Amino acid sequence: MATASSLPTLTAKDLATDQEVRWCPGCGDYSILAQMKKALAGLGIPRENMVFIAGIGCSSRFPYYMNTYGFHTIHGRAPTFATGLKAFRPDLSVWVITGDGDGLSIGGNHLIHSIRRNVDIKIILFNNEIYGLTKGQYSPTSRQGTRTKSSPLGSIDNPVHPLSIAIGAEATFVARTLDVDINHLTGVLKRAADHKGTAFVEIYQNCKIFNDGVFEYATDKSVKADNTLFLEHGKPMIFGKDRNKGIRLHGLDPEVVDLGSGITADDLLIHDERAEEPSLAYLLSRMVYPRFPECVGVYRCVRRPTYEEQLDQQIQEVIQKKGRGKLEELFTSDDTWVVK
Amino acid sequence: MQLAGTQFTNSSAILGNDISTLPDFPAEIRAPAGTLAGVSGFQVHFSSLDIHTPGDRLNSLVAMNPAALKTNLKDLESGGILIVNTDAFGTGDLHKAGYKTNPLEDGSLKGYRVFRIPINKLNREAVAEVKLSPREADRCKNFFALGLVYWLYERPLEPTLRWIRDKFGKNPAVMEANTRTLKAGYNYGETTETMPVHYRVPPASIKPGTYRKITGNEAVAMGMVAAANIANKPLIYASYPITPASDILHYLADLKRYGVKTIQAEDEIAAIGMAIGAAFGGALGVTATSGPGICLKSEAIGLAVITELPVIIIDVQRGGPSTGLPTKTEQADLLQAMFGRNGECPVAIVAPCSPADCFAMIFEAFRIATRFMTPVFFMSDGYLANGAEPWLIPKVEDLPKIQVNHPLTPNSNGNGEAHFLPYKRDERLVRQWALPGTPGLEHRIGGLEKEDVTGNVSYDPINHEHMIKTRAQKIANIAEEIPELAVAGPAEGDLLVLGWGGTYGSVVTAVQRAQRKGYKVAQAHFRYLNPLPKNTPEVLKRYKKILVPELNRGQLSWLLRALYLVDAVGLNKIQGRPFLVSEIEEKIDQMLSK
Repeated sequence: MATASSLPTLTAKDLATDQEVRWCPGCGDYSILAQMKKALAGLGIPRENMVFIAGIGCSSRFPYYMNTYGFHTIHGRAPTFATGLKAFRPDLSVWVITGDGDGLSIGGNHLIHSIRRNVDIKIILFNNEIYGLTKGQYSPTSRQGTRTKSSPLGSIDNPVHPLSIAIGAEATFVARTLDVDINHLTGVLKRAADHKGTAFVEIYQNCKIFNDGVFEYATDKSVKADNTLFLEHGKPMIFGKDRNKGIRLHGLDPEVVDLGSGITADDLLIHDERAEEPSLAYLLSRMVYPRFPECVGVYRCVRRPTYEEQLDQQIQEVIQKKGRGKLEELFTSDDTWVVK
Repeated sequence: MQLAGTQFTNSSAILGNDISTLPDFPAEIRAPAGTLAGVSGFQVHFSSLDIHTPGDRLNSLVAMNPAALKTNLKDLESGGILIVNTDAFGTGDLHKAGYKTNPLEDGSLKGYRVFRIPINKLNREAVAEVKLSPREADRCKNFFALGLVYWLYERPLEPTLRWIRDKFGKNPAVMEANTRTLKAGYNYGETTETMPVHYRVPPASIKPGTYRKITGNEAVAMGMVAAANIANKPLIYASYPITPASDILHYLADLKRYGVKTIQAEDEIAAIGMAIGAAFGGALGVTATSGPGICLKSEAIGLAVITELPVIIIDVQRGGPSTGLPTKTEQADLLQAMFGRNGECPVAIVAPCSPADCFAMIFEAFRIATRFMTPVFFMSDGYLANGAEPWLIPKVEDLPKIQVNHPLTPNSNGNGEAHFLPYKRDERLVRQWALPGTPGLEHRIGGLEKEDVTGNVSYDPINHEHMIKTRAQKIANIAEEIPELAVAGPAEGDLLVLGWGGTYGSVVTAVQRAQRKGYKVAQAHFRYLNPLPKNTPEVLKRYKKILVPELNRGQLSWLLRALYLVDAVGLNKIQGRPFLVSEIEEKIDQMLSK
């Protein structure tokens, strides 16, 4: 779709700024930045119509490295700036870059509310299960028992699952991808860009310095097939190196079953990303390694009117009914009297 | 009671009187009826003369129950008219208000002209033929009292009857009952001759034109819509409900056909974030709140300062600290607006001086914000927000012009390639407002310190100091484009009374009285608080003494002392209520009578 001759053809290079990228060597953010540029270059959106808005944290430096409009805001609040902008600028493609601390700790409130309003913004949450910029404290997604400077005996906080939060707030687009799986990552970013409404994407992102290898079970080639399940719309949920395992619903709970010995693909859950009810998507978001393979891909993609569409619609409807307001009319909208 | 007060005010305004009001109600929505905490009052001052305040002392007081009597009797002038609803003075009612004996019987009211009227009973009789529950019938009783007061002061019934028809049109029984009881109250005054007095207050001689009554919050809402319209900009208003600012949201939410977009945010921080995000995209971004909300917005306001984006922050001040007195007025957020952020973080500050002035000053806030690319604080207060006065409706073509320009082409060709430098400044030190969607002007802004001109992240120590000074100088430069401080009274003399914000009416009236006594006293009022008008130090020098009345512990005095080394004397009241004229008058007497 990006190749129509009337549309500007951007390359990933056109989206790079002259600023030196200052993430640590080996950080997963580099891959995300590269794939973001690749994904956006192919979408046919003019560069000037792209806006990157971030909060605070390692990931939130992202806007400085994208040659688009960018706004590096304050901790946790990026979705609010994006909402104010998108509310009257539907022409812009607005991306919020956040992390597990920024988006789920200090900014949890805004994340939930922008998602429930279905503002047409793309929220990309880099989850590395650690605070990087403040040098290594546990985060709201850190697994219980994570040993850090602020939890020398292991963290006792129960972690949140970002996708469960997004689905709980009834996000219209929810996906998970991996920093190292560059093709999948690009594909998911493109799907998020195409979605009309709030798109929420969690990216498993490795922090080389403070939490190295925390997602190895999902990214290491020798084990990932057994520990992850790549979602495909309309397909039975099969996984495993030998594609011999699947997910079956047992009452209200998912269970891992081995295919064969009487169990066939027909017994398995069929992934339906377009289901209006978010309940099944929520169940998938609760599948956590090592008990389950963790689902990667698009969990949910449904269409609902966006916040800005509804804002506009109300205005248009009342104008149609009563006419566009004039200042003279506004000033005299209460009882008036004349002094001679 | 608030409805009855508003109706009386409207009728008086339509009659041509000058008006000024002071609604006074509890923070609780349905505070227990009959208790001291639950008293809802409405003070209205109307006159054939030009007036500036809701009045110090009451000429007439209507007390619907003992609690209302106890709370307000101290404000009634001696010999004043006191109308009491005798049906509400049972043992239980007296007990709830903390009366040990019945004031109607113990002689404690002998200094007043007391009219004992069984309002509950008369009201029930008036609405007897309308099918209402007893509870619904009783709810009409304030309109019986209103009708009686209409007779007392010869007000026309028609505007209120029309209002009743509009308001209760969908509920014919309630409409009929209120109509009947209003008329019954009026007729009671006329026919029973229980009240030997009857007043006629002729129209005031005020500037010719078409008027309406306006509260401060209404004026702010209309001013914003007008400013956006004149500037040809979208108005994005985001706020979180908070007393006493919520009415602005209510008014604007009802003005959708003027193109206004309102967002009820999830919290105070989200509201300012949305307003700043809107400003980034080229809108007039506004948020309104009260003191506690300002605390929450502080970090984001700092971001708007460092990114130099135009955004308006309306602070409808109330009693603090913390939750404080949500429905009462105070001026104690001035220094918070000046300094309440981390780092060196200057913003522009304006303050309206009367309910109608809110219209003019919100216009000014927009003009300054967009001309200087800065957040602007608009310091209203509970008294201005809810108080009402007549407003001379302006002609649209006479409204001030607001010209906003956005660059369409790059402003640099630095390294051979055309690009946009976000912190390149004009001679006033103002940067350009380039909007997303403009090709070739892609740029990044943010809360990290930036190199001047290029806008690149910079940790350079010299650049940081340079940027701090530049931002401060830019705000100081606003003084070149605001009116000088005007003085009313002698150009030099013994005393200058200096106020700011909502105290204007009381200060002006007190100084006028002192001038009539022959004192060499002048009055001036700050509507621009940061920067202050540039002739301020020169004005201060012309008077032997400076008096600064404020509804706080002396925040403007503190600033004046710090900035100009003057011995400003404070008159400070922190009771959740506006100044009485007499309080300022006494202070002037005390300072000059030696």
